[in-house]
Amino acid sequence: MTEKNTSGEKIPAKQRLKEIAEKVTREAWEAKKRGEKIGWCASNFPQEITTTMGIPVVYPENHAAAVGAKGGGQRMCEYAESMGYSSDLCSYSCINFAFTDIGECQELNIPLPDFLLCCNNICNCMIKWYENLAFKLDIPLLLIDIPRLSNFTCDDDRIRYIRAQFDDCILKLQEITGKTWDEEKFKKVMDISLRSSKAWLKAVDYAKYVPSPYSGFDIFNNMAVACVARGTEEAAEAFEQLAEEYEANVKNGITTFKGEEKYRVLFEGIACWAYLGFTYRTLRDFGINITSTIYGPAFSFLYQNVDELMAAYSYVPNCNCFEREVELRVKDAIAKKVDGAIIHMNRSCKNWSGKLYELERQLRLQAGIPTVVFDGDQCDPRAFSEAQFITRIKALIEIMEENRRKKEELNE
Amino acid sequence: MVVKKIYTMGIDIGSTTSKTVIMLNKKEIVGQAVIPVGTGTSGPLRSIEAALKSAGIAREEVSFTVATGYGRNSIRQAQLKLSELSCHAKGAVWLYPPVRTVIDIGGQDIKVMSISEDGKLQNFVMNDKCAAGTGRFLEVMARVLEARLSDLGELDARAKNYVEISSTCTVFAESEVISRLSQGADICDLVAGIHRSVAVRVAALANRLGVVEPVFITGGVSLNSGVIRALEAELGVRVWTDARANLAGAIGAALSARP
Repeated sequence: MTEKNTSGEKIPAKQRLKEIAEKVTREAWEAKKRGEKIGWCASNFPQEITTTMGIPVVYPENHAAAVGAKGGGQRMCEYAESMGYSSDLCSYSCINFAFTDIGECQELNIPLPDFLLCCNNICNCMIKWYENLAFKLDIPLLLIDIPRLSNFTCDDDRIRYIRAQFDDCILKLQEITGKTWDEEKFKKVMDISLRSSKAWLKAVDYAKYVPSPYSGFDIFNNMAVACVARGTEEAAEAFEQLAEEYEANVKNGITTFKGEEKYRVLFEGIACWAYLGFTYRTLRDFGINITSTIYGPAFSFLYQNVDELMAAYSYVPNCNCFEREVELRVKDAIAKKVDGAIIHMNRSCKNWSGKLYELERQLRLQAGIPTVVFDGDQCDPRAFSEAQFITRIKALIEIMEENRRKKEELNE
Repeated sequence: MVVKKIYTMGIDIGSTTSKTVIMLNKKEIVGQAVIPVGTGTSGPLRSIEAALKSAGIAREEVSFTVATGYGRNSIRQAQLKLSELSCHAKGAVWLYPPVRTVIDIGGQDIKVMSISEDGKLQNFVMNDKCAAGTGRFLEVMARVLEARLSDLGELDARAKNYVEISSTCTVFAESEVISRLSQGADICDLVAGIHRSVAVRVAALANRLGVVEPVFITGGVSLNSGVIRALEAELGVRVWTDARANLAGAIGAALSARP
């Protein structure tokens, strides 16, 4: 269904997605005012639980990213450091610690939580982050422990382990919030979540066309809903509309990328939210479009039944075994016809950054593309240098240009 | 047939030095200058003037100018601006055609570049934001040791052993050197230890990319024979250089002039 505004004009999917993301925070505020219990939730916690039970949650990672993108990252990180937290910690956690202590933030406010939902499938440090919050705020913490996969696929033992925690979490949430579990509604939420995930993946996949019908930075802007609301009907519809819009762009030969798409790259890692505008403009001005990234599509979960749902939460980027991580990137890089890779050595994320040198080597070997690593941070602007970023990108362009020239020579 | 004289200028504005090279018909260097201050200073202009003077030509006689290095965008007269990676690779290939791996140690950066058989830049790795192992690191250490930067190679040659420098941070390494000095460590052994710490860091970077011989070193630090010895020991391969390797970026820039 296509939403229309009061003038009868079609509302673009991008706008709808922005409104859905804002609505999640707004509804949490309204619930808090009504006296309902609201939670803070890790980004890859199984949202099927909270959506089925109608429990409002907000996402500290998304909040920190928004604060970072709006320029508050350094201020909040420095505040956290003045509280005694190390500058080596994840900047998302530092922003969140500062916010929890101050109780407000000029960039964006979220309601304080009554309970915490943590899942360590993306990051083990997150357990300490949430334990710290639970201690400081004296509120319950529910953890679903999903260990990193040692094999390519999630086996039955792991599925049983995750499912037992899933079921236990539901019982505890019923006690904390007074809300009930409805199996029929759960099935419906699973169906809708699958619809959203498929539509989001379908939209992202249109980057396989040359030129891509969209700018890679659209993924960073649109992905929030895949994280915070993919179990809702309106999210599924908005993502389906987004896929339709990209399909139409392909047919009409248009794109949201501003300028000529001279080079197509894989972007590895979380965006530098504090420098989102700068990195966007720099790449755009050089004619570089991001056509491959696993960060955005990571917030899609494909499953047909409850056991597969459990397994799906093991297949998030930082939970996969390394071989699967490499395969994901190499396949995507080839499918999206990239000329090179830009790799973000994210000072915040030790889990993600620790594997990047080997991942870089594998990308060079298996995808046959030149790569460049730059230093940065997801939210702390102090870890990024504009001049160093430009130098590395410029050198990558010169190699991509030379590779293209050689390819053309061979074809002639 | 009279061959027309075409002068091209390559300017490499780094973080600590400004280098300019003038080439005749992209065949020979006819003018060069190195000014020991870099981007944001009077260095770039002074290096251009000094190079023109050494070439004995007027600015108007230069048909094409290419700028590279961190300060490349500040050079208004440059018709082309290129990354220092491409320029160093090109300059290294000109100085030493068989090269397959280029190590460039500049003021703030360490770059390791793999060169294809046909002399083109294939891939590269660079140090992260930490300045350990760079030219600036050596400058700081030389100051602590009351030695001239240009004497480090000779002091290293007289070392009987090396003093272990374990800190990677420049500031911490400085404290470590001071403390070793106060313990009476031999200055030559200290210099050898400093060079070894540079070499270990550079070798780790080079091994990440994959070392293919022959290896050639460029950048200001290429003038330091102690670092080259330490690098050869760490990498287990011969490291080649050239007396003009500190100008490789500027040479590569001059060679990149169009047409």
